[in-house]
Amino acid sequence: MAWETVIGLEIHSQLNTKSKIFSGASTEFGAEPNTQACAVDLGLPGVLPVLNKEVVNMALRFGLAVNAKINQHSIFARKNYFYPDLPKGYQISQFEIPIVGKGAIDISTEEGGAKMVGITRAHLEEDAGKSIHDLYEDHSAIDFNRAGTPLLEIVSEPDMRSAKEAVTYAKKIHALVQYIGICDGNMQEGSFRCDANVSIRKKGSKKLGTRAELKNINSFKFLEKAINIEIERQQDILEDGGEVVQETRLYDAVKNETRSMRTKEEANDYRYFPDPDLLPVDIEDEMLTEIKNSLPELPTEKKNRFISEIGLSDYDAENLTAQKSLADYYEVMLNDGAEAKLSANWVMGELSAALNKNQIDVQDSPISARELSELVKRISDDTISGKIAKDVFKAMWKGNGRVDDIIESQGLKQMTDVGAIEDIIDGIIANNIEQVKQFKAGNTKLLGYFVGQVMKATQGKANPKQVNKILNDKLS
Amino acid sequence: MHTLSVAELSKSLKNKEFSSVELTQHYLDRINRSDLNAFITVTDELALSQARAADAKLANGSGSVLTGIPFAHKDIFCTKGVKTSAGSKILDPFISPYDATLSHKLNIENMVMLGKTNMDEFAMGSSNENSFYGPVKNPWNKKMVPGGSSGGSAAAVAGRLSPFATGTDTGGSIRQPSSLCGITGIKPTYGRVSRYGMIAYASSLDQAGPMTQTAEDAALVLNAIAGFDEKDSTSALRDVPDYTKSLRDSIKGLKIGIPKEFFSDGLDSSVEKVITESMKEFEAMGAELQQISLPNSAYAIPTYYIVAPCECSSNLSRLDGVRYGYRCKDPKDLNDLYLRSRSEGFGDEVKRRIMIGTYALSAGYYDAYYLKAQKVRQLISEDFKKAFQNVDLIMGPVSPTTAFELGAIKDPVSMYLADIYTLSANLAGLPGMSIPAGFSNNLPVGLQMIGNYWSEEVLLNAAHQFQTQTDWHSVLPENI
Repeated sequence: MAWETVIGLEIHSQLNTKSKIFSGASTEFGAEPNTQACAVDLGLPGVLPVLNKEVVNMALRFGLAVNAKINQHSIFARKNYFYPDLPKGYQISQFEIPIVGKGAIDISTEEGGAKMVGITRAHLEEDAGKSIHDLYEDHSAIDFNRAGTPLLEIVSEPDMRSAKEAVTYAKKIHALVQYIGICDGNMQEGSFRCDANVSIRKKGSKKLGTRAELKNINSFKFLEKAINIEIERQQDILEDGGEVVQETRLYDAVKNETRSMRTKEEANDYRYFPDPDLLPVDIEDEMLTEIKNSLPELPTEKKNRFISEIGLSDYDAENLTAQKSLADYYEVMLNDGAEAKLSANWVMGELSAALNKNQIDVQDSPISARELSELVKRISDDTISGKIAKDVFKAMWKGNGRVDDIIESQGLKQMTDVGAIEDIIDGIIANNIEQVKQFKAGNTKLLGYFVGQVMKATQGKANPKQVNKILNDKLS
Repeated sequence: MHTLSVAELSKSLKNKEFSSVELTQHYLDRINRSDLNAFITVTDELALSQARAADAKLANGSGSVLTGIPFAHKDIFCTKGVKTSAGSKILDPFISPYDATLSHKLNIENMVMLGKTNMDEFAMGSSNENSFYGPVKNPWNKKMVPGGSSGGSAAAVAGRLSPFATGTDTGGSIRQPSSLCGITGIKPTYGRVSRYGMIAYASSLDQAGPMTQTAEDAALVLNAIAGFDEKDSTSALRDVPDYTKSLRDSIKGLKIGIPKEFFSDGLDSSVEKVITESMKEFEAMGAELQQISLPNSAYAIPTYYIVAPCECSSNLSRLDGVRYGYRCKDPKDLNDLYLRSRSEGFGDEVKRRIMIGTYALSAGYYDAYYLKAQKVRQLISEDFKKAFQNVDLIMGPVSPTTAFELGAIKDPVSMYLADIYTLSANLAGLPGMSIPAGFSNNLPVGLQMIGNYWSEEVLLNAAHQFQTQTDWHSVLPENI
């Protein structure tokens, strides 16, 4: 039977404010346990929350970046449930009226087209503390440092139809929140977390199937795997005539499986109600205009500019703008005067390959954007060939010095002395009488053979364009 | 010394008639001899050290009008380094690591905290019988309750164990015990005094205020505690007038509304007589009386008993035995820890309200209870809004009866009726006050005044003028 997959994502994006959403405590990651939790974060008797205005700005930046309806009057609500790392016995969140309403974002499909994914809402809330169960043998520990860290929960419509599409969407949001400077996007530290709602239905059916919510996914790779494994599980159930149960499932990356955490019946009744300790958030028109004007160039705008002004292909432009850090790197090269298309090839080619291989983020690259732009310029001005440039790149990666020093010290400079190249070519023609005969008889494919011989004789330093030209002149 | 008001004590301290240490020791001795059970904690050493600091300030002339004056805090205000129990077993082990804003404001005046007063657990009650630390006795008749929930504060002031005390009022908890103990108490407009560090019962209704011997004292204390607090988003960003300035203004032409609904069948006839007499006093001072109607006030009790339990069911969730406070012995697992810590730690009335609130907020009931109650609350506010188009003040009884006997009211719903006239001011967020207006069977009767938003000056002025014409506020219980 043909099944269609339906996926919606809930993304928790940690807002990179200095202090917490409702207290003055620091949000810095990695501090000693419970050193960044003040009376408010600990939920002591009598304490009250006070909204950090910066989180409102950040939520609005996001809302405006996805062309969402902004609710200029939004309300904080209490989500009541008991858990030891939830200090107050409720989480302050937004329920009926979130600050960001309906919006949308375009993603590229596997077929190369574009697709719009709806954003249902985005609301502000506080994070809980962290329970640690493996530190002590006989009891659990709690670190409240994370309690009260501001989160923007971004809820998508169930618009995605494959795990790959879900990953593309998640990456797009991941890039966007970094572009607009509201989240550091660090998935290892939990700054960007995805829950996936997955269901399947018969192809052509309009009715949504029963969904499972997948939690505990901390990388894009696992997001794809978790969704695919869940699709398989649901297909097996339905094809055996069973029914999918609405539940929350935890993804286990080690076993690559999902397992039930709680079913709908076991789910909490959160007893949401407006938090009487906080005033509604009211946003003036002027504030919206101000934030709108302060937004940086967004990924889609940048991509379109790369296509129209620089002449990059859609594919190149998409890849270069997918990550803000990569786009920034590329733009430093452009501003430095490196040739655009060649720079794009190097960033997406050698540089990305080396970064991936060594699992390094582009901002930590051993070769700076300026250094790479020097290298590209040496190709453009015929100092070295593209092939030699790859060796220079390797040397630079190892930290063997700057471009020109490497070229100089290793004698990699391209031969541009026409007379010298002609002498070498003459020698090769003299030593390959048979091949010359065949070439002249019409086997023009042999040109490659001659070029190869010249490059071999010059240790790759001859300018291939010159070699081609001279060979053609001499052999015709 | 202990029969003097705050204003009088302030003058005496300034004139060096006695020192703050002497005054403090005098009150500490009185507290030690007292059998009212008005205090949960007496902070002798802290009080004397604060008194010494105050005396130093007074000696070099840098003290304020409140410097060196002893007082007691209702045990609902967090006080750094001092047990803050809210009258509950679950917070019996809790030593607050921080000061409530209100506590801090009195500290910077160099006042002297004698201790923390007894109260109904988490401010839920009208008789002070719901305290983990046992009931408080009414100084006028020790068989009687002092009212609640600020029963300890009221008894401490009436019994002259403290010149004044702080209180909180969610549904009448300052006014009703003030009435039953014959003292002056004011619940300011919601947002006038910071709630930071005041253990929350029902956040949208809770408001702190002074419980004093006189309206003048209330003005002096309110001057110190009122004002915006950046730690409380619901506190009002609004200037605080000097409340003592308008005390002596004439109240000639003051328009007083008397709601007919406050003189219903449940009102004790001897209480009614006292209230009617005191109205005549106001008339004699030139005020104009007129009957008004607050048609929705009949719904105040059911509305309050949805709103307050809903909020408290959530506010008290933090008392889970995990981070502080009481934890049950040898919990088997997490659920057992929650269940037993809370079952053993909370008293019956608190549990009752948590259950009512949890139920009313549950999926499927929210609209019928919480939302409906909010709508009625709006209607009750609108009644007042209309009334204040024609009158400056509303007056009536605080409570339908005088103090009743300890243990006399066992049915919770009958107990809820004790606050029938006070709840609507909380629901509307209006300031309300209780002043001594006379006696019935040797027990004090309080007159309630409800003002428009931010009209504490009008209330205090009217109360002070009444107290210049009457001496109900200075009548003392026997053996004081």
